[in-house]
Amino acid sequence: MSLYQVQKLIYQLNRDPRTRQRYADECDAVLGEYDLTPEEIGALMKPDIGLLYVLGVNGQLLMHFAALHRIEWADYLERMRQGLREHGPVREGVYATTGYEGVAAHDARLKAERETR
Amino acid sequence: MPLVYCGACSHAPGITGRAERADTQTRQALEGAFRRMGDDIRATGPDALVVIAAEHFANFFMNNMPAFAIGMADSYEGPIEDEAFLRIRRTTVPGNRDLSRRLIEQVMQTVDVAYAEEWKFDHGISVPLHFLTPDYDLPIVPANINCQGPPLAPLARAWAFGEALRRAADAVPERIALIGTGGLSHWPATPDSGKINQEWDREFLRRWSANDREALLSYTDAEIYREAGQGGFEIRTFIAAAAAAGGARGTVDFCEPVPIFAVSCTLGSFQLRPTAQ
Repeated sequence: MSLYQVQKLIYQLNRDPRTRQRYADECDAVLGEYDLTPEEIGALMKPDIGLLYVLGVNGQLLMHFAALHRIEWADYLERMRQGLREHGPVREGVYATTGYEGVAAHDARLKAERETR
Repeated sequence: MPLVYCGACSHAPGITGRAERADTQTRQALEGAFRRMGDDIRATGPDALVVIAAEHFANFFMNNMPAFAIGMADSYEGPIEDEAFLRIRRTTVPGNRDLSRRLIEQVMQTVDVAYAEEWKFDHGISVPLHFLTPDYDLPIVPANINCQGPPLAPLARAWAFGEALRRAADAVPERIALIGTGGLSHWPATPDSGKINQEWDREFLRRWSANDREALLSYTDAEIYREAGQGGFEIRTFIAAAAAAGGARGTVDFCEPVPIFAVSCTLGSFQLRPTAQ
């Protein structure tokens, strides 16, 4: 487990256009510069957003890594949920699962509340 | 000059990036509140706007994470995010290196703040500026409190940072406006994105409006995490703004939960004592 290294690579990809270009041109070489496990390399290359979330990657890094791969917002959220189903609870980092009802149900409840004001 | 404006607002990337997915009336009301805040700031005739944000790994990472930082450059670039994601065009925002240096030297009298001659704005600054200063014609002094990568500075230190910024703003001849930007309860960028603890937000804003230092600093990070999510750590920016207000009472101009934006969108300001124009 080397969450720090996974997050550092994503941090560099998010902020540095040259790292992004190198990652596109020579992905293996860039990955080789970080101390990553085979599971982490697989998750980054696929990319397996759900597994990266379960590994503990901070969402403030992960959502931009998803955007880099043109993964739309709702799909990004669903991939994390899928990751929890496939790989179990988040293993490390700042997250815990809290049983949220979801945006659609939440919106419907707020709309009903607004209408009764 | 004494601080001319002090407030706080939300900075959620969904406000611009997923704008059309929110309830139309709520979104229009939110954008109206942002415009009012921008008008109020401009009405004070500021020479610069200090933005205390909770940046999200745009500049600072766990290899060398400052608890507090202030930018010291004549210009900044932002937003760092993909323009299609945030729907804000990347641009150059004016700063004021000389003013920053004088503010930093004052803040350093009581808080060991880091300084940064490079700073890429992320949504923590770019979303508020998109509405508040859409022409990017007001010099910005970016400030940051680490709210993302624990261990985090205690809330009392965020308060001390706000007080130090106030003393610094009062000590320079320029007219300084200040805002904090961040979320209250939220679970951003996680599968629970959209979850909001309205009751917790209301109680926080009650304490914030009353500028009740003791009550604001009584939260523990364990309690914040449990009740307000990891995004709740960003209350440090609101707390720093309250401290900068120097005991003034605050007014919440707007507060509505918008799940697709992942927060209760909130804007408020403090009633500072009038200063000579």
